[in-house]
Amino acid sequence: MSPAERAQRWRSALLWAWALAVVVFMYLPALSLLLASSTSSRYFIFPITKWGFDWWQKTFNSIEIHILFKTSVSIALIVTVIAVTIAFFGALAFARYEWKGRSIYQKIVLLPIFFPQSVLGLALLLWFNTIGLELSWKSAVFAHLVWIVPVVTLVISIQVYSFDPALEEAAYDLGASRWQVLKEVTLPVLFPGLFSGALFAFLLSWGNFPLSLFTTGADTTVPEYLYSKMVAGYTPGVPVLGTVSTMIAAVLFLGGYGIIVLRRRARS
Amino acid sequence: MADLGRQRARQGPLNAVPVAIFLLIGFAAPLLGVIIFSFMPERTFSLWQAPGLGNYATIFTGTSYLSLLWSLGLAAVTVCLLAVICYPIAYGLARVFGRWSTLLTLLFTIPLFVSENVRLYGWILFFIKNGVMLGTLKSLFGIEMESWLFTEGMIVLGMVYVYLPFMLFPMTLGVSMVPQETRDAAFDLGASKWQVFREVDLPLAMPGIMIGFLLSFVLAVGALVEAKVLGGQRVIPIVHDIELAFTYAQNWPLGSAMAVLLMVVVATFVLLVLRRFDLDTILGRR
Repeated sequence: MSPAERAQRWRSALLWAWALAVVVFMYLPALSLLLASSTSSRYFIFPITKWGFDWWQKTFNSIEIHILFKTSVSIALIVTVIAVTIAFFGALAFARYEWKGRSIYQKIVLLPIFFPQSVLGLALLLWFNTIGLELSWKSAVFAHLVWIVPVVTLVISIQVYSFDPALEEAAYDLGASRWQVLKEVTLPVLFPGLFSGALFAFLLSWGNFPLSLFTTGADTTVPEYLYSKMVAGYTPGVPVLGTVSTMIAAVLFLGGYGIIVLRRRARS
Repeated sequence: MADLGRQRARQGPLNAVPVAIFLLIGFAAPLLGVIIFSFMPERTFSLWQAPGLGNYATIFTGTSYLSLLWSLGLAAVTVCLLAVICYPIAYGLARVFGRWSTLLTLLFTIPLFVSENVRLYGWILFFIKNGVMLGTLKSLFGIEMESWLFTEGMIVLGMVYVYLPFMLFPMTLGVSMVPQETRDAAFDLGASKWQVFREVDLPLAMPGIMIGFLLSFVLAVGALVEAKVLGGQRVIPIVHDIELAFTYAQNWPLGSAMAVLLMVVVATFVLLVLRRFDLDTILGRR
């Protein structure tokens, strides 16, 4: 092995070590939550002496928790449907068509992403109050959308950029109607983008705290509930629920990605 | 044919309508509301009073401007640390890790879908007395240490942790925009590694790097839970002041004025950076 090759190898080993160390850093909190959730005692003392899943059982049997999940999932599902619909058209304007105001439009769409979410939540609270809208999980859907529609637009746009407009033109030339082109050409080709957009919409809504905090009124989402429990003093229910919501996010995301990969493989 | 062309030209703006209307109602209008509220007299809940600059005067005679400085300072430190932490990983993802890059990217994405208060709570369990770290040290090595929780350093750790993906992903996008042929050519012409880094890698990856800086800085200036959960309220960031004014103090106009100040700072950065870049090239238009 030449010295240059050896140096090269050393360098990639160092890069690997660094990247893996940072991955571990990213997952230390989740690991700590998992450990803290797997004890039978009331308080968390490490190393754990009494392992057990009593608190998992208690959490799953609680009716209060079932309601929380229902609220969070309902919000996330409705946000997903509306966000993907609006963002589909938004992405076509963002990446597919050449038009005069496009560059400005692109920047305006990005603004909500570059905006501190807690401040956005408070601004929406003030706005809902001004127009006399009563706060509930429905107003939270609206609040989530303000932030999630731009993100989903961006996600779908990346797919639209690699979309070949000639496909649509060919369909038109063969006499397809506008609706047929949308249904038979545009939507299937853009499907991976729409699917990732939906995945992001659901998961970002599922994990959102700062927007929910100020806009749900009397209803409570899972992250909000966890926050209220966290500041009130220690209970092992918090690590349990935290671990559950982390696992749900991981399984949905990896599963969704798996579907995209399988579909791509089946096609080629 | 001319008819079809005209129709095509209308498609762009037509498709932009739903997003535009939605952002007008959901983003522009609330912000306008905040701006108008910031000129209302103290502690009012209505928008129809004589405007004045009283709230802005209150900010600079009180301690709130200190909170803004804290937020800016913490965000600056966070961004610098993130740049150093993320560049090697971005480089690895773009050039060295090959097919493993996808898996690593997925792993860096998942935490984004867990609310940050939950993840920061995980850090508390890690660092607290008798927690994962100190408990391990004590039982294995007999070392007893004070917990590092509730310090400024801990807030920075929390912010670096939460905003890492927002630096990493744009940076990776930027680094992968540097063509390998250009780097090879530079090496062939006798450039050293350092020269290639400074003269080829950095300038060509700059759009992505700048977006990463901007995104993580802007989000970090608006950070709130990190200081609340990990900092034990030793430091009050500006968003905490804003939240207190809106909720506990019931002083919406003052809260609005602070929010406007923050928005002005953020908008300045965003406009300065975004103005210089063409989004089409960064996002991969062919």
